[in-house]
Amino acid sequence: MTPRLIEVRQNVLKQNDLLARQLRSSFRNAGVSVLSFVSSPGAGKTTLLEKLLTELHRKMRVAALVGDLATENDAARLARSGAPVRQIVTGTVCHLDAEMVRKALVDWELSDIDLLLIENVGNMVCPSSYDLGEDLRFVLMSVTEGEDKPLKYPTIFNTADVAVITKIDLAQAAEFDITTAEQNIQSVRPGMLVWRVSGKTNEGLPGLLKFIEIARQATSEKSQAAIGI
Amino acid sequence: MHELSIALSIVDAAAEVAARRGAAQVKAVHLKLGPLSGVVKDALLFSYGVACEGTPLAGSRLLIEDVPVVAYCPECRSQQTIESIQRFACPGCGSLTPDVVQGNELLVTALEIAQ
Repeated sequence: MTPRLIEVRQNVLKQNDLLARQLRSSFRNAGVSVLSFVSSPGAGKTTLLEKLLTELHRKMRVAALVGDLATENDAARLARSGAPVRQIVTGTVCHLDAEMVRKALVDWELSDIDLLLIENVGNMVCPSSYDLGEDLRFVLMSVTEGEDKPLKYPTIFNTADVAVITKIDLAQAAEFDITTAEQNIQSVRPGMLVWRVSGKTNEGLPGLLKFIEIARQATSEKSQAAIGI
Repeated sequence: MHELSIALSIVDAAAEVAARRGAAQVKAVHLKLGPLSGVVKDALLFSYGVACEGTPLAGSRLLIEDVPVVAYCPECRSQQTIESIQRFACPGCGSLTPDVVQGNELLVTALEIAQ
C-alpha cells in the first residue's frame, strides 16, 4: 500500500516556544525585565555577571539564574554580589530551555524582582534555538577567541540582540583587531549594538550598566503599558 | 550537539499526529530547516534514526528541505535571498539587511503515513 501524505504545520520547538511565551507574559505582568547571556565557555560570562550584579544590586532588586553542565561553582561566585542566585545544573544538556527556567523560578516571587539575569551554558551553537522568555539576549566574545568568531558562529550572533566584546584589556597582547571584529559582527547582524568591556580593569562597564538600566526602564514601561497602568 | 533532543521532539510531534489520524506507521517526515534554526542537518539526520527506534516512526525517513535566509532590503524595498549567513547584505545592491523574514524554520510540514 502506498503511504498517504498528510500535510501538517508544526514547529518542532512548539512546546518550548509556548512555554517561553508564558514566561514572557508572567515576567511582564510582574514587571520583571529579563536579560540572558550566551557565549563560548571561558569568554567571561560569570565574571561580567559578577560585576553587573554587584553594581545593580545597589540600585534595584536583581536576581540571577546560571546554567552549567555540572558544579554549583558559578552560583557561588555570583552569590558573593549579595543578589539571590540559583544554579541550574543541566547534566548533559548543552543549553538552557524555557522549562528549566520555569522550574528554577518556581518558588521565587516574581514581584520581588526588578531585573533577572540568566547565564546560559557556555556554548555558541545550541542555545540559539531556545527562547527563554528574555527581553534581550547578549552574546559575548572575548578578544582571545579571534576577530572571526562572528563569522564562525553567525547564527548565535544573528539571533542575539546585543554583543559584548570581553577581556578588552588583553586586546593588544592577543593582537586582536577590534575594528575587524566589529565589522564581522555587523556583517552577521547589521545594526547590532556592541559593547567593549574588561572585567579586570572595569573599562566599558559604566556604559554597559547605564545601557542595562535604560533597557530595564524601557521594558518595564512596556510592561506597564501592556497591563494598562 | 542538541540535535538528539530536537530529533526526539520531531518524533514526538509526528507520533502524536499519526495517532490522531489513526495511522499505524509513519513512513516519512517532511521538515523545513532554516540556517538560523541553530540545527545542524547531518547531526539531525544521524540522531533521527536513533530517536525513531521503538516508535511508530521506526525505519522512517526524514526528508529535509533546506530553506534559505530571506531578508528585507530597505534600499530595494523588496525581499531578497541572502547568499551567505556570514554576510546579511542584499545580493542586488549590497545594502545591509537586518530584517530577517525567513530562515529560522524548524517545521514539520508533512507526514507520509500507512494505515
